[in-house]
Amino acid sequence: MFPIISKEILSSTITKYVIHAPFIAKKRKAGNFVMLRVVDNGERIPITLVDSDSNAGTITLIVQAIGKTTKLLATKNVGDSILDVVGPLGVPTPIELHGQIVCIGGGVGTAEVYPIARALKDVGNTIYSIVGARSKDLIILEKEMGAISKEIYVTTDDGSYGRKGIVTDPLKELLDANKDIQAVYAIGPLPMMKAVSNLTKTYSTKTLVSLNAIMVDGTGMCGGCRVSIGGKMKFACVDGPEFDAHLVDFDELIMRNRTYVDLEKIADERCKLTPSIAALAGGVK
Amino acid sequence: MNYVNPMKPSERMKIPRQVSIEQTAEERNRNFNEVSAGLDEARAVLEAARCLECKNPVCIEGCPVTIDIRTFIQLIFKKDFIGAANKIREANYLPAICGRVCPQETQCEIVCILGKKYEPVAIGKLERFVADYEISNNLFIPPVITNHIDQKVAIVGSGPAGVTCAAELAKLGYKVTIFEALHGLGGVLRYGIPEFRLPREILDIEMERVRQLGVEIYKNFVVGRTATIDELFNEWGFEAIFLGTGAGTPTFMGIPGESLSGVYSANEYLTRVNLMQAYQFPDSDTPIKVGKEVAVIGGGNTAMDAVRTSLRLGAKKAYLIYRRSRKEMPAREEEVHHAEEEGVEFMMLTNPTRILADGNNWVCGIECQKMELGEPDESGRRKPIPVKGSEFVVPVQTVIEAVGQKPNPIIQTTTEGLDVSKWGTIVVNDVQLTSREGIFAGGDLTRGGATVILAMRDGKIAADAIHKYLSDKQDGKTESK
Repeated sequence: MFPIISKEILSSTITKYVIHAPFIAKKRKAGNFVMLRVVDNGERIPITLVDSDSNAGTITLIVQAIGKTTKLLATKNVGDSILDVVGPLGVPTPIELHGQIVCIGGGVGTAEVYPIARALKDVGNTIYSIVGARSKDLIILEKEMGAISKEIYVTTDDGSYGRKGIVTDPLKELLDANKDIQAVYAIGPLPMMKAVSNLTKTYSTKTLVSLNAIMVDGTGMCGGCRVSIGGKMKFACVDGPEFDAHLVDFDELIMRNRTYVDLEKIADERCKLTPSIAALAGGVK
Repeated sequence: MNYVNPMKPSERMKIPRQVSIEQTAEERNRNFNEVSAGLDEARAVLEAARCLECKNPVCIEGCPVTIDIRTFIQLIFKKDFIGAANKIREANYLPAICGRVCPQETQCEIVCILGKKYEPVAIGKLERFVADYEISNNLFIPPVITNHIDQKVAIVGSGPAGVTCAAELAKLGYKVTIFEALHGLGGVLRYGIPEFRLPREILDIEMERVRQLGVEIYKNFVVGRTATIDELFNEWGFEAIFLGTGAGTPTFMGIPGESLSGVYSANEYLTRVNLMQAYQFPDSDTPIKVGKEVAVIGGGNTAMDAVRTSLRLGAKKAYLIYRRSRKEMPAREEEVHHAEEEGVEFMMLTNPTRILADGNNWVCGIECQKMELGEPDESGRRKPIPVKGSEFVVPVQTVIEAVGQKPNPIIQTTTEGLDVSKWGTIVVNDVQLTSREGIFAGGDLTRGGATVILAMRDGKIAADAIHKYLSDKQDGKTESK
């Protein structure tokens, strides 16, 4: 069992959890993820590790409540425990000195790119950050990203905060203005990562993305997370989750990730019958 | 050699081989309950009476873990069922599992003298009977461990190889810790073998008995990631490590269309159903999608498990596509027979060439070509050769590939000095020692895909070798003091 040490609401749907998991805390590196299962009969889902404290034996996760498991997690409070947490999984991000880098986070993806940006900053890279979301409410970690960045740009689709538009707008300006940008790290929804990749391809700028594919075990056992990278089959859980964006077949992955959309809706409907989840969503008990 | 059965051999031979009580095929292909209920007490005793009590019991030689089969059957005849269970457990700590999933027909039963003229003694069913008797009457007493040795052994993986090695070492008095990557214990017994062949309660009970030997268990612990092998030696203080991480990485055929929705590796498909209980969706949260028509590719036990599972998940038609003929199929005869009874349609000498998509990126069919058998290949089986122009399409909405597994490479790639074969298996000597001192390995990790009982045999041999290694190491320490 993995007790929740602290819980902080970052937005209406996004929550930060600090969880006691000493073995994972000791080994976590930027780019790693965990698989977690909240309850018996629950699903195993991959969640990126945002931070860890090996002295305190804790790991930090930032999770958006969008499906049944993440909503169930949101009902858990300090003192409650998560049934299963396993990791750290995946190949850690190679932390190298590139020079100038753009780090882009879309929605809750900002929580995933933040530890990578911080590690890259720590080895001497200059970071330009772009944080984007649908609306103001979903912008997270702006302050944290700002603190490690030379410049930070915030965009919202609806213009409710920062600049109205999408992350590729300031990215294009940065790439046009600064020929010394060596690499781009982008983590967020697949259409966003695809758009970033398409843009940077025209500048031949090295671009890395973290792929969130359907996983069951997260250790290379099921092959559910297979993705096409340069025409070759790779498993996101053990060969990734980070890949060279210019080699990723995004359309294939976008289609694959829709496999269970209808069943996910059924599971989500069920959520509304769970009083604690319904209460959380402001629904009627 | 004493005889306990007063009947003459000719009388014993007249008794027909006793059969298990089974769910009918029409009933069971729609549920996940166990196919066979096993033998009842009367049938078990009658079956035991068939045993000729050979002076030279060749059945024991046929058993990979050399269970004293003659004696345990004599004990059944004398109705000392617990004595029989304990006799088996001297050689095999997991009788309720082996009695169900062991391929007895190619091991102990194939050499049974009675089988030369009649049918062999149903050794597997007798093993299962005493194990079940002990469970249902709650008569199990954990072995008392009198000797305690202050040396720690780590077991990586809680599959049949690992738990057998753990149990043997714990009985000898070692401090044993099992590390399991998943949230449930049993390895392939839990994620791979369906409940209709091995009910979860049985597996849970057998695993609990391993724990009762004082074995410490860490679940959710991926050795190589959560801690490396070298950390287990240097920081955790283990003096020997047994690797039993199996062959859990699926291989794909590499034909077009494998990334479509509706295509599964058998591993993913069975893991969703067995480990994650997707068949109970939405009461359990893990989804699975099964079309009206399902094609399973492969001819092994995993393929049989996947295709029989498909019927139980509601498929109207379940095809088993295999490129050789039925004779070459590596699956157990009993499983093939059960699959046929349940209505699986066998498409032999058929090889898939591509998977076809509908407009929504979902599988809508599988294109295959007919094959014919040529000369024997390196495996000794006749090599299938495509028949030109024989392509045809089978309409299906789900495709499951059960075409083989490789070992998971996490430990090999995070541990220096471990020799690995070109198939990804770990190289071991005749006592399961790897190329690194203190590291032993066995089961599918070294064999690349074999049986539960061979994994258990490896676990036992490794336990003996670890015992010898640690005793020598301890003696060396004592001498140098």
